[in-house]
Amino acid sequence: MAETRPRLLAAGLERLGRVCVELVEEFGYYLALCVECGYWLVWGGLRRQPVRWSAAVQQMVEIGLAAVPIIFMLSFAIGVMLAIQGIHSLRQFGAQSQVVLGIALSVTREFGPLMTGILVAGRSGSALAARIGTMTINQEVDALRVMGINPVRYLVAPVLVAMLVMVPLLALFADFAALAGGAVLCKLELGLSYQAFWLQTTHFITVEDLMQGLAKSGVFALVIAVVGVTNGFAVVGGAEGLGRSTTRAVVLSISYIVLTDMIFTYFLNRS
Amino acid sequence: MSSPAIEVRQLVAHYGDRLILDHVDLMVEPGEIMVIMGGSGSGKSTLLRQLLGLHSPSSGSIKLLGQDIATASAAQMQDLRRKMGVAFQGGALFGSLSVLENVMLPLREHTRLDEQTMAIMARMKLEVVRLGELGELLPAQLSGGMVKRAALARAIVMDPKLLFFDEPSAGLDPVVSAELDELILTLRASLPMSIVVVTHELDSAFKIADRITVLDRGKILLTGSVPEVRNSSHERVQDLLNRRPRPEEIDADAYLRRLTGG
Repeated sequence: MAETRPRLLAAGLERLGRVCVELVEEFGYYLALCVECGYWLVWGGLRRQPVRWSAAVQQMVEIGLAAVPIIFMLSFAIGVMLAIQGIHSLRQFGAQSQVVLGIALSVTREFGPLMTGILVAGRSGSALAARIGTMTINQEVDALRVMGINPVRYLVAPVLVAMLVMVPLLALFADFAALAGGAVLCKLELGLSYQAFWLQTTHFITVEDLMQGLAKSGVFALVIAVVGVTNGFAVVGGAEGLGRSTTRAVVLSISYIVLTDMIFTYFLNRS
Repeated sequence: MSSPAIEVRQLVAHYGDRLILDHVDLMVEPGEIMVIMGGSGSGKSTLLRQLLGLHSPSSGSIKLLGQDIATASAAQMQDLRRKMGVAFQGGALFGSLSVLENVMLPLREHTRLDEQTMAIMARMKLEVVRLGELGELLPAQLSGGMVKRAALARAIVMDPKLLFFDEPSAGLDPVVSAELDELILTLRASLPMSIVVVTHELDSAFKIADRITVLDRGKILLTGSVPEVRNSSHERVQDLLNRRPRPEEIDADAYLRRLTGG
């Protein structure tokens, strides 16, 4: 018994060490992928190997426009829920008229970008990992390499551009949808007119609040793209491996998004 | 005397800790059809991936058209890739592109030809593989044999000097397989290129090969002409030709020992 405890400890430490090395490797790969994408975006044209802008536009439609209905529906619902909880909490202090402040700030700084990030990770991040993974299994990525076509330039850079453009735009749209939800509830519960809600909202929130949300969503876009692509390229073992990688991409993306959001919130709201 | 199209010297490759290729030497002459043959797990697919520059060897060297791929610069490698065509086992056609667009892809990426000229060139190659009428279809709408022919059209669209073909007969019925063999022979007769075919199909190998290299467990057992391989006295070569399993593969005790690590 006394002998097994140090052995278990050593095994645990070894496992921890392995996980740390794998994490460093994975983050190194993310970084390298971003740098390589940046290289192709800047220098690709000069080397007569431009990034496919038509593919980027196509991705923007898939990632952005196709997600508008679901983003509207869920963000509107979040706005309604925030208003319900806000009114319920503030009513205890007789301050329910201040609910607009809470809704406006929490939506623009937190919930708009966060909900958008999570939805895009679930919807487009998984599709991205599955698409790249299928291409890897079917040797299409190998085919690109042997044809002298860089897979990062051909496949990844358009997706990254599309994510970086569409996720912040969707986050902005989610802000408006959630505020609309809050406005509807405030009208029903407090009799607050839409105009008064809008005036109070624009009075409370600043450009900085909006920019904070947009900056976050830009980072979320980067996270969704690199995690999706990395897991797609790493697929091994046929259909089962594809399923594993797709699930991993979604779980990791959402985890990184929430953790990044927490770090952002901590540093941007310290004063 | 012209230099070899492919020259492999003392190639060693590992997968993790496992030795896959053990000091392999291979020479393919210009205009020659070399068939690399071997059973499952013999290392032939790994050898092909090494030749294509998709994996780096543990040691040894690979020269394609006189260029050592380990020391080639990015520009040299890019230039080399333009002179190579590869038809993968499953075709590796891009599902979102039509057959014609698939064939046009290397032209679009490596040339400055206008769209119309590229389309004409791609259609010509599709005619060569007898898919001229099907350019507008998506790969998912093609049969297995058609996919392989479309992949072949894409592989030859840049008029390569080296053509690699991975398992051309895999998954095809004997008639379609024979048609593909004929197509490979026709291509060699009409285009000046060296062709490397990786296969485990004996009939196909004997039909198309100028020379055959037999691989087993990462080692080259024999390289020679079709009669030389047929008449080889090497026991393992004869096992392959006569479809005789290795003794340890049918030894249940040995199999159990392997499973349990005993």
